[in-house]
Amino acid sequence: MSAASTTPIIERGTATSRIAAIAVAVIIALLAIAPQFLSAGVVDRMTTLFIYVILAAMWNALAGFGGLVSVGQQVFFGLGAYFAIRLADAGLNPFVALFASAIIVGLVSWPLSLVMLRLKNGEFAIGMWVIAALTHLLVNLDRLVQGETGTSLISLNVYDAGTRRVTIYWLALASMTALLAILFGLLRGSTGAAIRAIRDNEDAAASVGVRVTGTKRLLFVLAAFGIGVAGALWLATSITFQPKTYFNVQWTAYMIFMVLVGGIGTFEGAILGAVVFFLIETWFGGTGVWYLVGLGAAAVLFSLFLPRGLWGTIEERFGLRLLPVGYRVRLAEDAADPAGNGVHPEMTTTNRETA
Amino acid sequence: MSFLAVEDLVVRHGLLQAVRGVTFSVGRGETLALVGANGAGKTTLLRAIAGAHLPSAGRVMLDGADLTGVPSHRRVAMGIALVPEGRKLFVRMSVEENLLLGKTAGRPGDWSVDKVLEMFPNLKPRRHARTGHLSGGEQQATAIGRALMSNPDVLLLDEVSLGLSPLIVDRVYAALQGLINSGTTIILVEQDLNRALSVSDKVICMLEGRVALAADSRSVSRDEVTKAYFGLHRQKAEPA
Amino acid sequence: MSNQIIQGVLLGGYYALIACGLSFMFSVMRIINLAHGSLAVLSAYALWWLASRFHIPPFAGLLIVLPLMAAIGWALQRFLLERSARGGALLPILTTFGLAIVIDNMLFEQFGADTRSLAPFIGSLSYDSWEWPGSIYVGKLAVIIFLIAVALLGGLQLFLSRTGLGRAIRATSEDPDTSGLVGVDARRANAVAAAIAMVTVGLAGAFLGMRATFDPYAGAPQLLFAFEAAVIGGAGSLWGTLIGGIVLALAQTLGAQVHPQGFLIGGHAAFLIVLFVRLSMSGFSLRGLLHRPSRSAS
Repeated sequence: MSAASTTPIIERGTATSRIAAIAVAVIIALLAIAPQFLSAGVVDRMTTLFIYVILAAMWNALAGFGGLVSVGQQVFFGLGAYFAIRLADAGLNPFVALFASAIIVGLVSWPLSLVMLRLKNGEFAIGMWVIAALTHLLVNLDRLVQGETGTSLISLNVYDAGTRRVTIYWLALASMTALLAILFGLLRGSTGAAIRAIRDNEDAAASVGVRVTGTKRLLFVLAAFGIGVAGALWLATSITFQPKTYFNVQWTAYMIFMVLVGGIGTFEGAILGAVVFFLIETWFGGTGVWYLVGLGAAAVLFSLFLPRGLWGTIEERFGLRLLPVGYRVRLAEDAADPAGNGVHPEMTTTNRETA
Repeated sequence: MSFLAVEDLVVRHGLLQAVRGVTFSVGRGETLALVGANGAGKTTLLRAIAGAHLPSAGRVMLDGADLTGVPSHRRVAMGIALVPEGRKLFVRMSVEENLLLGKTAGRPGDWSVDKVLEMFPNLKPRRHARTGHLSGGEQQATAIGRALMSNPDVLLLDEVSLGLSPLIVDRVYAALQGLINSGTTIILVEQDLNRALSVSDKVICMLEGRVALAADSRSVSRDEVTKAYFGLHRQKAEPA
Repeated sequence: MSNQIIQGVLLGGYYALIACGLSFMFSVMRIINLAHGSLAVLSAYALWWLASRFHIPPFAGLLIVLPLMAAIGWALQRFLLERSARGGALLPILTTFGLAIVIDNMLFEQFGADTRSLAPFIGSLSYDSWEWPGSIYVGKLAVIIFLIAVALLGGLQLFLSRTGLGRAIRATSEDPDTSGLVGVDARRANAVAAAIAMVTVGLAGAFLGMRATFDPYAGAPQLLFAFEAAVIGGAGSLWGTLIGGIVLALAQTLGAQVHPQGFLIGGHAAFLIVLFVRLSMSGFSLRGLLHRPSRSAS
């Protein structure tokens, strides 16, 4: 991928981004010691925020960078929790089970990707939903789960509430940081160039030798693993496992909302979107159904009028780059002719206008 | 008296300027031949007149009315029909269905499926065949027929002889001669210079998006057109 | 056993009904409308509201609801899909998914969580049945739904192949650019297609309400059924959709025989098996499941 060295991404170290890097380190350090000073309730809410950031970043990795919009990501969320229950039931330490479970989710997603990645656009989106619905039904059949009654991660109860709360907080913070770092590393590395090429024009990328399917598979498995972590962490915070809650399409709705509002295809956007969603939930979550109507309406309005989301718009207007991975949302070019007639010359020229 | 007029037309494809300030006009019933090398902007110019490309500057006028912002389907209703380059038939539909689509705009006139089949007898046995299965000549005949079905005042023909055997080209032009005589205004893009000059009243040679030569087809010499075609008519190359 | 097969085939008629709008919209506009199921449920609620509030029987209510659904389809295309499709192939998925969330929760807000049914408003039709030879009882409603599905698919096929508007819609789906050049208003053709699709969705919603119960969140499973039937039925003709619907229903019937919770599992499994077989047969050149077979060179 020597071609990547001529793209503007390589000129990364702007003054702003260096300051941002230091700021990120400081923020993580502050978050790590924060539980000392925060009330139990706030610690729990912060844990929730970290999980939201993971969900948003992982859905964004898939849709914003891999061009794969899935409406079935709740399958990995549910499986993350389910495998954790199963492993803990088999005698594994519950905290270890959380991560062992996510690894299994990642492993399961690989063969799944062999079939699903051959689907296009909307077919992939709903196809994943079918997978989620089927998985939900199959998990219900497990005697341990007892159908929709559900079960609990009982073995977590051996720890006292305080220890449990702070441990889960740190695990969530560490998971979020690690997953974001992996994603950031991927996007800046040679895979990042491939990802951007695919996102701009899949056919053209394939024709110049980019490993399209391999790269998409990597993102698919990463997203499955990350969302599996999130599902397992959610189980740890709430203890109870009801399949209906975990395999609910609402999780994907949240992911879509966060990424659309924050800015699809921008690394910072997903994080911003998660924070926005977290605040909206904190303030308006109590209004129940209107809150959900609002989320749906916001998704519609952002997709129609602000498809780059908040961060994409800010970035475009002010040329601001905090954590440059060298990518800008390019939904408009994705029109990649549905009829499959190959590459239009006009399209190739517009794609050149990147950066 | 100009019937169709193009004024300072500029058309871009992204960053590429395909047509750079073209002005010309055609009188009612006249036939204009557009010649020029590949990439000279002929196809883009025809498509802009038909409304498939919106110009970034300039105007297209038909009988005094400004067409510039009018979408392509309404231009068909106003009497402009294009036989596009590469025919662009609806390959999943039959010959008859393609022809009937030409009637969508609903302009009054006497073109009908039967009349088109009379004009191109080779289509008669293929009436219900999908156009994807036709020979090049049959496809071209269908494309011309489809344009005629809208009873156009102005017919734009883009390289109708491309990819056809000389015999078929003769047949197509024999059919077109009837239209030319009937008083339809025609703008045609044609690579064969002799043919272009023999069927037209006026000729325009395009070079790099501009008009390099505009002349009367009867009085212009083949040599002059050839020079314009290769840009040799200029004293020295213009700065790009 | 033959009894179950007949019931399965008849249920397939309902699936074909709900699937045909989805695959019709996809074949014309290349958009999969994720609000498809929610709009069907919206129609069911509209009929329920007319029946319970104003005593308008559901079949008469259709005279009000179907034109409304057509208007919704037209507006959907003009104000949402057209704009969002300009942003690429992925954006309409997000737009319509957001719309589904809005519709579902508005229905919940308006009508609450209770499950409803149109069955009480159609009298004995909801339970009447005919006895066929071999002491097989088939529900009248199921037969009516099946026949309407067949009539609708046939009518749609005729409309597309025999009328000017139908041809214009097909031309637009094949090549919107060129259809404009022959005088077809592609925007109008798309809006009409969306309106027609929504009429079929409205009808499907009516039968959903008559043959079963529904609640505000019933749209998602209906969307999945529609999608599965359309994909199983495969490329192209509307009749494929009918076959897809029947296969889906038979798989569900079979699943229910195997395990008490096997009804839905059977359907999803059949979908995945068909998907897998088709993918392994088509090699790597697959461009899409709902697409028609690749067109021959122009």
